[in-house]
Amino acid sequence: MFAYLVKRLFQAAAVMFAISIVAFAIQDNLGDPLRELVGQSVSEEVRQQLRDELGLNDSFIEQYLRFAGRAIQGDLGTSYFFKEPALDVILRKLPATLELVFGATVIIIGLSIPLGVYTAIKPNSIFSKVVMGVSIIGISIPVFLTAILLIFFFAVELRWLPSFGRGDPVHVFGYWETNFANWAGLRQILLPSIALSSIMLPLFIRLIRAEMLETLDSEYVKYAYAKGLQTRRIWFVHALKNTLLPVITVGGVQIGTMVAYTILTETVFQWPGMGFMFLEAVNRVDTPLIVAYLIVVGFIFVLTNTVVDLIYGLVNPTVNLSRMGA
Amino acid sequence: MSNVESNLHSQTRWQKFRASNLGYSFLSNKVAMISMAVFVAIVVMAVFAPLIAPFDPYDPRQQDIMNSEMAPIWWAGPRDFTDPQFILGTDAQGRDLWSAILYGTRLSLMIGVCAVALQAFLGISIGLISGYVGGRTDSLLMRLADIQLSFSTLMVAIIFLAVTQALFGSEVFNRYAIFFLIAVIGVSEWPQYARTVRATVLAEKKKEYVDAAQVLGFGPIRIMVRHILPNSVSPIFVISTVQVANAIISEASLSFLGLGMPVSQPSLGSLISGGFEFIFSGSWWITTIPGVVLVVLVLVINLLGDWLRDVLNPKLYKG
Repeated sequence: MFAYLVKRLFQAAAVMFAISIVAFAIQDNLGDPLRELVGQSVSEEVRQQLRDELGLNDSFIEQYLRFAGRAIQGDLGTSYFFKEPALDVILRKLPATLELVFGATVIIIGLSIPLGVYTAIKPNSIFSKVVMGVSIIGISIPVFLTAILLIFFFAVELRWLPSFGRGDPVHVFGYWETNFANWAGLRQILLPSIALSSIMLPLFIRLIRAEMLETLDSEYVKYAYAKGLQTRRIWFVHALKNTLLPVITVGGVQIGTMVAYTILTETVFQWPGMGFMFLEAVNRVDTPLIVAYLIVVGFIFVLTNTVVDLIYGLVNPTVNLSRMGA
Repeated sequence: MSNVESNLHSQTRWQKFRASNLGYSFLSNKVAMISMAVFVAIVVMAVFAPLIAPFDPYDPRQQDIMNSEMAPIWWAGPRDFTDPQFILGTDAQGRDLWSAILYGTRLSLMIGVCAVALQAFLGISIGLISGYVGGRTDSLLMRLADIQLSFSTLMVAIIFLAVTQALFGSEVFNRYAIFFLIAVIGVSEWPQYARTVRATVLAEKKKEYVDAAQVLGFGPIRIMVRHILPNSVSPIFVISTVQVANAIISEASLSFLGLGMPVSQPSLGSLISGGFEFIFSGSWWITTIPGVVLVVLVLVINLLGDWLRDVLNPKLYKG
C-alpha cells in the first residue's frame, strides 16, 4: 500500500509538472508583458533594457524555473485587468463556484440514489420506465441548453425565480459569502444548481441502476434470500453497500469534471465564479489570470483524482494493487 | 450443391438482414425503428441542405436586417411579425432560421463524425500497439490513457480553444475553427477506444489462430489489423454511437461559449448562442428551435446506441 501511495503521488507530481510546462508555454507566447507594463510610448532602447532587467531574454528553461519557483510559493503573477495577484482574484471567485458545485452535488446525491435503487429493484414498474426515459432525454440535452430553458420558463415566463447573478450573498468569514444562509440566496442558486446537476444526474441514475442490478444478481444476495432475510434488509443493507463503492469513485472523479461544466452554467447565469471570470480573462487576453486558472483547475483535477484513487485502494481490498503499479 | 446453400445465395441483403439477430431485434423494437427513421431523415436533410434550403445562410447579401426577428409562421403574437417566406422565422440578422438550421445540422454532424473518426483512429492504433507489444510500452500508454481520462474533455477543449483564440486572434481562429474543434474533440477522447481494443487484444493474443498466423509469417501489423481487430468491431460500434452524440454536444457547448463555429458560419450551438440574449425580449424561437433539433439529433443517436449495446451486448470496459 505504501509503495502504491508513493507511486500515485509521484504520478500526480508528474502531471502537475506537465501542466505547469503547458501553463508557462502559454504565458511565454500569449501577449507581451512589456506592453502591459509601459504602453506604446517607450523607445525601443528602453524596451530592450527593460527586457533584460525583467529577464525576458533569458532562455526558456531559466524563465521556467523562475516561474515554477514563484508558483510553488503561491505567486502566479499579477492580473493585467484587476491589477492584483491572479491567485487572489481566483480565490475570491472560488467560493461562488464551489457553492454551485455543492448545490448540484446535493441534488445529484439526493435524487440519484433513491431513483437508481428504485429502478433497479422495480425494473418493470411504470415509474421506473418514466425515470429511465427521462434520464436518456436528460443525457441528450447539453447543460447550457437546460440552463437557457430553465431561465426561459422559470425566470422569463413564470417570473418565479431570478434569472442571473448571485444576488446579495451573506458574508460568512474572510471573503467567503454564501447563498445557503437565507431564502433569497437559495432562490438565486436554485436554477444554476439544477442546470449544473442536469448532465450528471441521469448518468448517476443509470450507473447506480446498472451496479445495483449486477449486485442483485450476485451469489451472496441470492444466498441472503435463501437464508430468509427480509427483502428490505437485503436491498438497502447488503446490496446497496456494494453498489455504492464504484459509484463513489466515479462520483469523485465527476466532481472534477463538474468544474468544467461550471464554465457553461456560470456563463448562462452570469454567476460571478471562476468559470465566468476565466472566459472574461480570455476575452481581455489577461494572460496571468488565464495561466493561474489553468494551474488552479489542473490542481483541482489532480487532487480529486489522486484522493479518489487512494480511497479506492483503501476501501476496496480486492483492487489489484500490482496492476496499478505498486 | 445442397438446397440450403443455394437458398443462402439467392437471399437478398434485406432478407439476410431480417434473418439476422440484429435485424430481428431492430424490427421488433419500435423505439429503435423510430429513432433510425428520425436519424436518417436528419442526416439526409443535412447532407442535401444546399438543395433544400431556400436561402444561403452564409451569404450576407441574402440577409436583410429589416427581416430580423420574424416569428415562425404559426406564431402570431401581438408584437410579432411573420413572413410566409420564413417558415421558422428569422434570427437577429434577418437570416432564415430554417436554412440556417439545415446548414448548422450539417456542420454539427460533420464535426461530430470527423472528431469520432479521429478518436477511433488514434484509440484503435494505440490500443492495438499497447496490447500487442505489452510490457513497458503498454503500461506507459495505459498510464497516459488514465491521465487523459481524468481530465474532462470539455475542460481541455475549453482551455485549448480559448488559448488558441487568444493566440491567433478571432479572425484567423474563426476561419479554421472547424479544424480546431475536430482536433481537440478528436484527440481528447481516444482512451475510450484504446482501452476496449487493448482488452480484446489481450484476450485474443494467446489464441492459436494468432500463433498460426505468426507461423505463416504474417507481419505484426497484418495480424493486428486483419486478425485481432475484427473481434472488437461490435464494442467499437457501440462506443462510436455514444461518442458521436457526445462530440455533437461538446461542439455545441464550445460554440455556445464563443470558442467554436463563428456566427457567420453557424453550427447548431452557435445558433443557440446567437439567440440566447433575445429570449428575454420574447423571441424564443431563435434559441429554442435549433435547441430542439440538437436535442432530437443527440437523443436518437443515444437511443440507437442503447439499443445496439443491448443487442450486441459486448463486454464494454467499465470506465
